[in-house]
Amino acid sequence: MTTMAPTLAATGRVDGEPFGLRPRSVTIGRVGIYAFLIISAIFFLIPLYVMVITSLKGMPEILAGNVLSLPQSPTIQPWIDAWLHACTGRDCSGLSPGFFNSVKITVPAVIVSIGIASLTGYALSFWSYKGANVLFGILVFGAFVPYQVVVYPIILGLRTVHLFSSLPGIIIVHTIFGMPVLVLLFRNFYAGLPIELFKAARVDGASFWQTFFYIMLPMSLPITVVALILQVTGIWNDFLFGVIYAGRANWPMTVQLQNMVHTTQGVPAYDINMAATIITAAVPLIIYFVSGRWFVRGIAAGAVKG
Amino acid sequence: MAERTRKRLPIASIIATIPLMIEAVGVYVVGIGISVYFSFTDTVIFPSYKFIGLAQYERLWNTDVWLTAIRNIWVFGGLSIAANLIFGYLLAVFMDQRIKQEDLLRTIFLYPFAMSLIVTGLVWQWVLDPNYGLNATMHGLGWANFYFSPLNDASMAIYGLVVAGIWQGAGVTMAILLAGLRGVDGEIWKAARVDGIPTWRTYLFIALPMMRGAVATAVVLQCIGVLRVYDLIVAMTGAGPGNATMMPAVYVLQLLTDRQNVAQGMAAATTMLLPVLLGMIAIALYRRFAGKAVTA
Repeated sequence: MTTMAPTLAATGRVDGEPFGLRPRSVTIGRVGIYAFLIISAIFFLIPLYVMVITSLKGMPEILAGNVLSLPQSPTIQPWIDAWLHACTGRDCSGLSPGFFNSVKITVPAVIVSIGIASLTGYALSFWSYKGANVLFGILVFGAFVPYQVVVYPIILGLRTVHLFSSLPGIIIVHTIFGMPVLVLLFRNFYAGLPIELFKAARVDGASFWQTFFYIMLPMSLPITVVALILQVTGIWNDFLFGVIYAGRANWPMTVQLQNMVHTTQGVPAYDINMAATIITAAVPLIIYFVSGRWFVRGIAAGAVKG
Repeated sequence: MAERTRKRLPIASIIATIPLMIEAVGVYVVGIGISVYFSFTDTVIFPSYKFIGLAQYERLWNTDVWLTAIRNIWVFGGLSIAANLIFGYLLAVFMDQRIKQEDLLRTIFLYPFAMSLIVTGLVWQWVLDPNYGLNATMHGLGWANFYFSPLNDASMAIYGLVVAGIWQGAGVTMAILLAGLRGVDGEIWKAARVDGIPTWRTYLFIALPMMRGAVATAVVLQCIGVLRVYDLIVAMTGAGPGNATMMPAVYVLQLLTDRQNVAQGMAAATTMLLPVLLGMIAIALYRRFAGKAVTA
C-alpha cells in the first residue's frame, strides 16, 4: 500500500523514453496505432461534443435534426436558462443556487480536511506513540469500507449533535470520508522527508507545533497541491453525501442537476439539461485541464486508496 | 519508524490526533458495530433494540430485488473491470509507441474521470436515449428500421451501464498501467529485443507480469468503484426499468430512505462489507505466504 506512490510517481526508465521502437518510416503498423488511438479518442470525445453542440441549439432544431450536426443558429439562451431559470420541481431559479451551495460545501470541507490530515500525518510520522499505528490501520481500513455501512450510524451521530441536514454536517461528513486517503498521503510524504530535518528542529528547541508550522507545513506544498486537486474534484463531484446529509436547503449542484433533469415533464429540454450538465462538470474539468500532470498524480494518490 | 517514537508520551501529538481517534473509533469501530448490530434487530425507522437473530438476512436473501442487485453487480463488475483492463492496457501499450501528441491523447482519455458520475450517467442516458441520441441519429441518416434503446430494455440496460463504466474508467486504468509500464526496467526491454521476442509478446508475457503492482492497483480501484456504484445508476437508469439495474449500494440507500426499513438496509450493508473483509484477508494471507509485497 505504501509503495504505490513512488511507483507511480516515478515516470520511468533511465531516460524516461517510451518503450516502443523508434519509428523508421510510415508503416502499416504505425497507421494502425494511430487509427486505434484516434478511434478511441473519438469514443471519449463524442459525448462531450454532443453535449456542447446540443446546448447551443434551440429545441426545434434538436428535435428535427441530427445529433451530430453543428448548430445552424447558435444560441446561448439554454445556458442562461440553465443558470437562472430552469425548474427543479416548483423552484425555478436555475442551477445557480446549487452552484453556490457546492462552493459553500467544498471550500470549508477542503480546508478542514486537508488541515486535519496534514497535522495527523505529521504527528504519525514524527511523534508516533503507542497505539497510534493501530488507529492509523483502522483509518486505512476505512478507505475500503463501502459507504453504505457507515451511512446510518453517521446519521444517528449527526442527529445527536443536531447537525444532520446542515452545512456543518455535510462538511464534517466530507472530512470524515476524505481522511483515510489524505492521512495516508501526508503520512507517506512526511515519512519520506529526511529525519535530520526534524532532529535539527528539535535540537534548536522547536516544539511539536513550531516544527509543524515553520518547517513541515511549508515543505509539504507539493503534496498539499495533490490533496487539494483530489479533494476539490471529489467533493464537488459528490452526490451521495450531499443528498443524504446536506439537507434540501444546502443541496449541492450535482443533486440539483439530477433533480432538474429527472423532474422534467413532457419533452425533456435537452438543450437546457445539457447546458446544466456542462456547467456542473465545469469546475472539475477546469481543474483537470489546468493541473494536467498534477491531476494524474492526484489519481495515483487516490489509487493508494484502492 | 521505531527510532522516531519518543519514550515519553508526546502530549501534543495525542492532542493533534484527536480527530483521528474520533474517526477511527467513532466511525469505523463503533459505527460499523452499530450497523452490524441493527442488522440483527427489527428497526424500521427509529432505533429498536429487539434482537431477532438472522431473520433480516434470511428475508434479504429471499428478496428478489436483492438477488437482482447481486446478479447485476457481478455482471456489471465482471464486464466493466475486464473491459477496462483490456482496453486500458491496449491504450497504454499504444500510447507507449513513441506517438506524437501523447499528452493531448492522455488528456482526452482521462477527462471523463474528472467529472461526477452523475454527469457520466446523464450523458450516456442521452446518448442511448431512443428519441434523441444514437437511435435518432441513425433514423436521421435514413436507417428507419434501426432500433437501439438498451436503457428501456430490462435485459439490456445493464450493458448500457457497462459502456458508461468503460467510458469513465478506461482512461484511469490506462494512466495507472502506463505508469507501471514505464516503471519496468529498460534493460528487460533491451534483452527481449536482443532475444528476438516479438513486441506484442514482450508486452503481454514479460512487461505485464512485471507490473503486478500497477495491475493490482487498477483492479482494486475498479473493484471499490463497482462495489460503491450508486451515482451512475441513479443518474442513468434510476435502477430501472423496473428494478432491472438495481445494485446493492442503491438498494441499501432505498431501504434507508424510500422503503424505510433500516434493519434490512443494515443487513444488506453488512453483507456488502463481507467481500471487502474477505479481500483484505486474502491479500494479507497472500502477502504472508507468497512473501512478496503486493501493492494494493
